[in-house]
Amino acid sequence: MSVLERQDMPRQDPEKRRSNFDEVAMGYSHEQAVNEASRCIQCKKPLCVAGCPVEIDIPAFIKCIADDDMEGAISELKSMNALPAICGRVCPQETQCEEVCVLAKKGEPVAIGRLERYAADWELENKQGEPEKPEPTGKKVAVVGSGPAGLTAAAELAKMGHSVTLMEALHKAGGVLVYGIPEFRLPKSIVQKEVEYIERQGVDIQLNSVVGMVETVDELLDEYDAVFLGTGAGLPSFMNIDGENLSGVYSANEFLTRVNLMKAYQFPDHDTPVKNGHKVVVVGGGNVAMDAARCAVRLGAEEVTVVYRRGDDEMPARREEIENAKEEGVIFRLLSNPTRILGDEKNWVRQMECLDMELCEPDESGRCRPVPVEGSEHILDVDVIIIAVGTSPNPLIPKTTSSLETSKWGTIIADDNGATSKTGVFAGGDVVTGAATVISAMGAGKIAARAIDKYLNSNNL
Amino acid sequence: MPFEIIEKSQIVPTIHNMIISAPSIARKARAGQFIILRIDDTGERIPLTIADFDREKGTITTIFQEMGKTTVQLSKMNAGESLLDFVGPLGNPSEIEPVGTVVCVGGGVGVAPVYPIARAHKEAGNKVISIIGSRSADLLLWEEKMRDVSDELFITTDDGTKGHYGFVTDVLKELLEGSEPISLVVAIGPPIMMRAVAGVTHPFGVKTVVSLNSIMVDGTGMCGSCRVLVGGETKFACVDGPEFDAHEVDFTLLMNRLQMYQDEEQLAMEHYEKCSGDGCQC
Repeated sequence: MSVLERQDMPRQDPEKRRSNFDEVAMGYSHEQAVNEASRCIQCKKPLCVAGCPVEIDIPAFIKCIADDDMEGAISELKSMNALPAICGRVCPQETQCEEVCVLAKKGEPVAIGRLERYAADWELENKQGEPEKPEPTGKKVAVVGSGPAGLTAAAELAKMGHSVTLMEALHKAGGVLVYGIPEFRLPKSIVQKEVEYIERQGVDIQLNSVVGMVETVDELLDEYDAVFLGTGAGLPSFMNIDGENLSGVYSANEFLTRVNLMKAYQFPDHDTPVKNGHKVVVVGGGNVAMDAARCAVRLGAEEVTVVYRRGDDEMPARREEIENAKEEGVIFRLLSNPTRILGDEKNWVRQMECLDMELCEPDESGRCRPVPVEGSEHILDVDVIIIAVGTSPNPLIPKTTSSLETSKWGTIIADDNGATSKTGVFAGGDVVTGAATVISAMGAGKIAARAIDKYLNSNNL
Repeated sequence: MPFEIIEKSQIVPTIHNMIISAPSIARKARAGQFIILRIDDTGERIPLTIADFDREKGTITTIFQEMGKTTVQLSKMNAGESLLDFVGPLGNPSEIEPVGTVVCVGGGVGVAPVYPIARAHKEAGNKVISIIGSRSADLLLWEEKMRDVSDELFITTDDGTKGHYGFVTDVLKELLEGSEPISLVVAIGPPIMMRAVAGVTHPFGVKTVVSLNSIMVDGTGMCGSCRVLVGGETKFACVDGPEFDAHEVDFTLLMNRLQMYQDEEQLAMEHYEKCSGDGCQC
């Protein structure tokens, strides 16, 4: 039985990291990784594997690290997960593999995510193995969207020997990994290296390709044997309150895209600017809200406040990110809901009116509905507002594709294997589920790749 | 894959014509749509309306005016050089139907995007009356091209150096007051001109369409930078537009939002002037 304590992750000091975009979590040392790996008791029936959406053989890769066999560790990881350096950083392990770790019953779980990151970073630094090139099947698949779902589906399909073309609307591959998640949580050089690995597997990446406009899905089907849609949930939601279109009010998507994809934090060396006020309010309690708030801190705002209509326990963001934000000085105004935004004569945002909320008893669904406290209106001074209350799928593809069924929320309807209502067209990730996590999108990409493979090998073609 | 500049010329002072090789976009482009380009790896993404396209040669023509850092940098580029990113066609194409008489109004650099719309209306069998205007005669562009696709062409200049001494709206008002029934007005130009056009046509109840040039980042509906208020509802110019019913558009909001990065635009320009050519102090 292990006696070691869970190894802490070295992190940049909060005071220092408030003013840079460098990665906050700095990764294990070799010694820490081996120590942490040796805590794993190698369960015969590991619960952690069942907790992993991409079914990594977790005890196996951890044993390799404990035995100092890094090549073995990375090969275990890569056999199941095309993007380990990314997952090791942004997966919510605390609600997946680590939550069910046997050690968690009596103490702290094995730090599976940190070990995954360690192994993946070791590979990026020391060697990037040449991917195996399987026998070509002669089948062609178009993958639309290069976010987590699309990258995973493309990698899996290439491993099966299919010829894969990956189409991305933006000028960089990675989807939310490059436009949404900030540098300090997921360095873009890491995404770039993972993307390059997938290219070495033979995937042809076509940037600047807006499917639906330059080619419709129906046209793709003339050229390809199957299509996978992993176009995510890219359309930002607003609150439909007064003043939402004032200058200085951003969707989190816009704010983060300017900062992360367009590198506004390096303006004017990079051309794209972003407004960063003295007093910034971020509306919402998810990971996107935390990312936006922490970017605003780094851009030099004097005061960054997260306004969220439910309580601390209800915030959907990862606990780790909430704690990081607090350490960096982000203020949390919980049980508070914006009702209108007020501007000056030049249309610039100046104030936000909020109402206090209280949580009712949980209803049958178990969720507490926030109810406004009457007469609790109050005004916050603010010069930049970032709205992070969710996203929905972009309607471009459903609108331009014949007989592709969607739900009333605009998501594409697909079965458990990712098959849509249209023959030969599969879908997975946020475009099917609505906004969720990187790893669940990757899981969906992987399952759909298997279903596509089966479809391509069936006699129908 | 970079996108080669096939042809580049100055049409009138500060306004340039640029033809880009982009076969897949040219194959699909329609009047009213736009592209987004990025010059280099540190560049911003800017939208430019498609002024013309050649499906056979696989080219897209854009017309741009030197307004800020990116357009000034673009104006210094030449045929043979390439743009790093060029994406499109984006936005909804213009609705082109046989409706009768259509008045196409273009102001300043806005004449260019009006051209393919006028041509499409002509091809659809409509009678096309065009009004093109500029501050001064030397800034008037595409007069001949517009004449080729119009049944009648009116010219206005703010300083009276060519055509009617005054604004495009003066001529438009006369046409509306005349005996010929007008089914549709399409206007593209500075927001202040489009607002004036909407004001002139409103009392006559003539359907009026404007193309909005909001600030954009991705151009595919992802960021919401381009949001405009139309009929009291928030719309994204990139995916819901760029064309909207002029009588429903909140032009004040549009103009205010266009000013949002004025300070930064100036800073970027200063930085560019300092860092381009021999004077770089980086």
